[in-house]
Amino acid sequence: MIGLSHYLILSAILFSIGLVGVLRRRNLLMLFFATEIMLNAANIAFAAISSHYNDLSGQMFAFFIVAVAASEVAVGLGLLIVLHKKYGTLDLDNFTVMKG
Amino acid sequence: MITIAFYFFSILITLLFLVTVMSKNLLYAMTSLAAGMVLISGLFFMLGADFLGVVQLIVYVGAVMALYSFAMMFFDASRDIKERNGSSMLVFALGGAIALLLVAMFSAPIIGEGAVGLYASAEGATNPQAVGLVLFTKYLVPFEVAAVMLLVAMIAGIILAGKKMDVSLSTTEDESDITDDTQGGEK
Amino acid sequence: MENLVYIALFAPLVGSIFAAFYGMSPKNIITGIVTSALLFVSFVASAILLNHVMTVGPIHVRMMDWIMAGDMLIPFGFIVDQVSVTMMTMVTLISTIIHIYSNGYMEHDKGFNRFFSYLSLFVFSMLILVMSDNFLGLFIGWEGVGVCSWLLIGFWYHKPDVTRDINPSISPSWAANEAFIMNRIADLGMLVGIFLIYWNLGTLQYDEVFASVGPLENDLVFWIGITLFIGAMGKSAQFPLHTWLADAMEGPTPVSALIHAATMVTAGVYLVIRANPIYDLIPDVGYLIAVVGTFVAIFAASMALVNRDLKRIIAYSTLSQLGYMFAAAGLGAYWVALFHLVAHAFFKSLLFLGAGNVMHAMNDQLDIFKMGGLKKVMRWTYLYMGVASLTLAGIWPLAGFFSKDTILEVAFNEHTYGIWFILWITAGLTAFYSFRQVFLTFHGTQRYDDADAHPHEVQKYVLIALIPLATLAVIFGGFMDTFKTFTTTLLPAYEMSEHTHHIAWMLIAVTSAIAISGIIFAYLRYGKGLKRNEKLENSLPYRVLSNQYYIPILYDKVFSKPYASLSKFSWQVVDQRIVDATVDGIGGIIKSTGDNTRRMQTGNLSDYLKWMAAGALLLVAIAFLAFKLTQGAN
Repeated sequence: MIGLSHYLILSAILFSIGLVGVLRRRNLLMLFFATEIMLNAANIAFAAISSHYNDLSGQMFAFFIVAVAASEVAVGLGLLIVLHKKYGTLDLDNFTVMKG
Repeated sequence: MITIAFYFFSILITLLFLVTVMSKNLLYAMTSLAAGMVLISGLFFMLGADFLGVVQLIVYVGAVMALYSFAMMFFDASRDIKERNGSSMLVFALGGAIALLLVAMFSAPIIGEGAVGLYASAEGATNPQAVGLVLFTKYLVPFEVAAVMLLVAMIAGIILAGKKMDVSLSTTEDESDITDDTQGGEK
Repeated sequence: MENLVYIALFAPLVGSIFAAFYGMSPKNIITGIVTSALLFVSFVASAILLNHVMTVGPIHVRMMDWIMAGDMLIPFGFIVDQVSVTMMTMVTLISTIIHIYSNGYMEHDKGFNRFFSYLSLFVFSMLILVMSDNFLGLFIGWEGVGVCSWLLIGFWYHKPDVTRDINPSISPSWAANEAFIMNRIADLGMLVGIFLIYWNLGTLQYDEVFASVGPLENDLVFWIGITLFIGAMGKSAQFPLHTWLADAMEGPTPVSALIHAATMVTAGVYLVIRANPIYDLIPDVGYLIAVVGTFVAIFAASMALVNRDLKRIIAYSTLSQLGYMFAAAGLGAYWVALFHLVAHAFFKSLLFLGAGNVMHAMNDQLDIFKMGGLKKVMRWTYLYMGVASLTLAGIWPLAGFFSKDTILEVAFNEHTYGIWFILWITAGLTAFYSFRQVFLTFHGTQRYDDADAHPHEVQKYVLIALIPLATLAVIFGGFMDTFKTFTTTLLPAYEMSEHTHHIAWMLIAVTSAIAISGIIFAYLRYGKGLKRNEKLENSLPYRVLSNQYYIPILYDKVFSKPYASLSKFSWQVVDQRIVDATVDGIGGIIKSTGDNTRRMQTGNLSDYLKWMAAGALLLVAIAFLAFKLTQGAN
C-alpha cells in the first residue's frame, strides 16, 4: 500500500535531484529547469499531505506555488534575455563582477 | 494497482528529471522536464487532487514549458552546452546528503498522526468544487495577491524581454551597441 | 534677612564668574576691583547678619529641595547661627582684605584675572561649607574648597619639577596634586562618616542628626566620630596627613594666607565644633583628637625651629596652632577652639601677608638666612609682622595671649597634665621660632646681594588694607567674654573649675614666662645677626628636623614608589598584556575571519549556491536531530 511516506520520499528525491542540478549546472537556463524540478517536488509533498489529512490547505499552497513558478518564469526569462543581449552568454562563470 | 502506478510514475519521473539535470542538450533537458511534469500531474490525480492535476497540466506543461520553448528560440538551443562542471563530487555529496536526511526524516512515523484538517473537503463535493469553496472563502486574499503578483510578473516579463525585439540576439551582434541601447532604454 | 544670607553667599560666586569671563585675557584691573568689591558686599552682609544673630537669633533658610530620591530628601538649606556667622564674618573679612592685597601682589602676574576667579570661587565654597545646614552641603563646600586649593596651589603650574634637595615641595603642580590626593584620602573617611549617619539616622540635617544621635549604639557613634575626624584630619593637615600643608606654600602668598592659614585648613576644626553633640557622646574620641592635636602642635613647632624658608616656617606654625585648636575641641572646650580659630585667622593671615611683602621685596627669595636688616626699608611690614609674631607667641594683651592661654587652662582643668605640659613647651617653641624668623628677616646685617634684590615697601593701599587685620590681632582678645556669651548660646558652655580659677594667674605667669624666654632666647641667638653653627647644623636632630623627620621621603618610599610600580605593573602587564590584548585579540579574530572568509566571495553564483546548499544541509541536519531528540523524549 502506498502511504504518505512514499510520496514524501519521492518528493525528497526529486528535490535533491533539483538541488544537484542547481549546484552542478552553469547555464542559467538549466538552473531555471532545476528550480522547476524543486518546486514540483514541493508540490508533490503538499498534495500528498493534503490528501493524507483530507485538508485542502496543502493543495492551496500548491496552487500558489504554481502561481509563483509562473511569475518566476516570466520575470526570469525576461532577465535572461536581457543578460543574453548584454553578454551573449548564459554561463555563470562569466558573471563574476561581485567578486570580493 | 495504485502501487504499480505509483512506482511506475515515480521511476519515470526520477529518470526524466535526472536527464534534465544531466543532459548537455538544452532541448533534451526541456523535453524531459515537460514529460516529467505531465507524469507529476498523474501523481496528483492519484492523490485525488484532480483540480491541481489539471492546473499542473495547463500551467506548467502548457504555459511555462511553452514560455521556455519560446525563450529557447532566442538562445541557440541546437548546440550542446559547454560547461565547466568541475567538483561534482561536492555537488553530489551535498545533494545526496540532503536527500538522505530528508528521506530519513520522512520515512519516520509522522508526529501529527492524529492531526485534523483545518479545511476539510466538503462532503459530497467533487474536488474542483471543494477547491473553489476553500479558495474563494478562506484563501481569497492570498488569491487576489497572487493575481496581482502574476500581473506584475507579466508586465515585468514584457518590459524586460520586449525591449529591442527587432535586434537579433545572435552572438555576432556588436556588443557595445546593445549595451548603449540598454542603457538608453533605462533612461 | 533671608536676602542678606543669599547676598553674603552668592556675591563671591558672581565675582568669580565675572572674573572667569576674563580668564584667558591679559590682566584687567577691573576683575580685581569687582571681585574685591563683591567680597566687601559679602562681608557687609555677613556683618549685618552677625548683628542680627546677636540681637534676634539664628536664621535658617531653605533655598530649594536638592536631592529627592525615594525616601531621601536633602534640601539645599543654609543656617546662619552663632558658629556659622562667626565663621562667615571672619572668612569674608579676611578674603576681602586678601583680595585687595592681591591686587597689589599679583600686579605683574599673567594669570591676574584667573587668580581672582579662583580666589572668589574659593570664598564661595568656603561659605557653602560653613553655612550649609546639613552634612552633604558641608561636604560639597568641603570638596569645593579642595578643588580651589588645588587650583591655587598649582597656580604657577608651568614651573618644572625639581629634586627635593633644591625645593622640598618639588613643584607647584606636584604640591597641588599632593594636597588634593591627601585630602581625597581623608575625604573618603568623611564620606563614610556621612554614609553612616544617613544609614542609621535617615537624615543629614544637623538639627535632626544631633537630636537623634543620642540613642544610637555607642560603637556606631564612635565610628561616626572617628570617620568624621579623619576627614577633618585631611583638611586641617593633622598627622599623619600633614605633609601637604607645608608643600602648599608653593602657591601664591595670598593663597597661603587665605586658604592655608586662615580659612580652609580650619574647616576640620569647624567640623569638630559643628559636630560637638556627636563628640560629646564619645569622650574617648575627643581625648584622641586632643592627643593628636597636641602631638601635631609640638611636632610642627619642632620642624619650624630649624627651617629656613620664610613661608614654610609660618606653615608649620599654622599646623602647630591647628593642633592647639584640636586639643581644645577634643577636650570639649569648643568655644575656646573657635575663639582660637578666629584669633589665629587674623594674626596668621597678617603674618603671611607680611611674609608676602618681604618675598615681593626680596624678589621671591624665601631663605631667611639670605635676608636681614630689612627693618630699615620695610618699616610697616616690620611692624605688622612683629605684631603678628607677638600675637602668635601669646604676649599680653594681644589676641593670641587670650586664646592660647585659655587652651592651656582647659588642658590643666581637664587634669590632662601631659597635654598641658606639651602645649606649654610648644608655646615656648612658638615664641622662639616666630622671633627667630623676625630677627633673621628684619634685624642684623644685610645678607642679600644688592644686585639680586632692591627691597622696597609695597603699595600704600596694600599696607592700609592690612590695618584691620593688625588691629583685630591686637584687640580681639578683649572681646573674649562677648565671644563666649555669644557662641555658648549654641555651643556647650565650658567652665573652669574653682581650682583652676584659683591658680589661673599662675598658669598665665608660667605660660607668659616661657613665651618671653623663647623670645629672649631668639634675640640672644639671632638678634644681632646670623651666627651659623656648623656643628649644630650637622647634628642628627637638626637634620632630622630640617628634613621634616624624613616623613615626606618615607611616604615617597612606602606609598608613592610602590604605588607607582604597582600602577606601572597594572599598566604594562594587566592593561596592555591582558585587557588590551583581549580587546585587540577579539578585533584580530574578527579581522582575520573577515580576511579568510573573503575568499568565499568569488562572485560566481554557483559557488554561492553551494554555500547556500551547505547551509541548508546544516539546517536540515539540525532539524533532523531535533526531530530525533524530541521523539526520543516522547
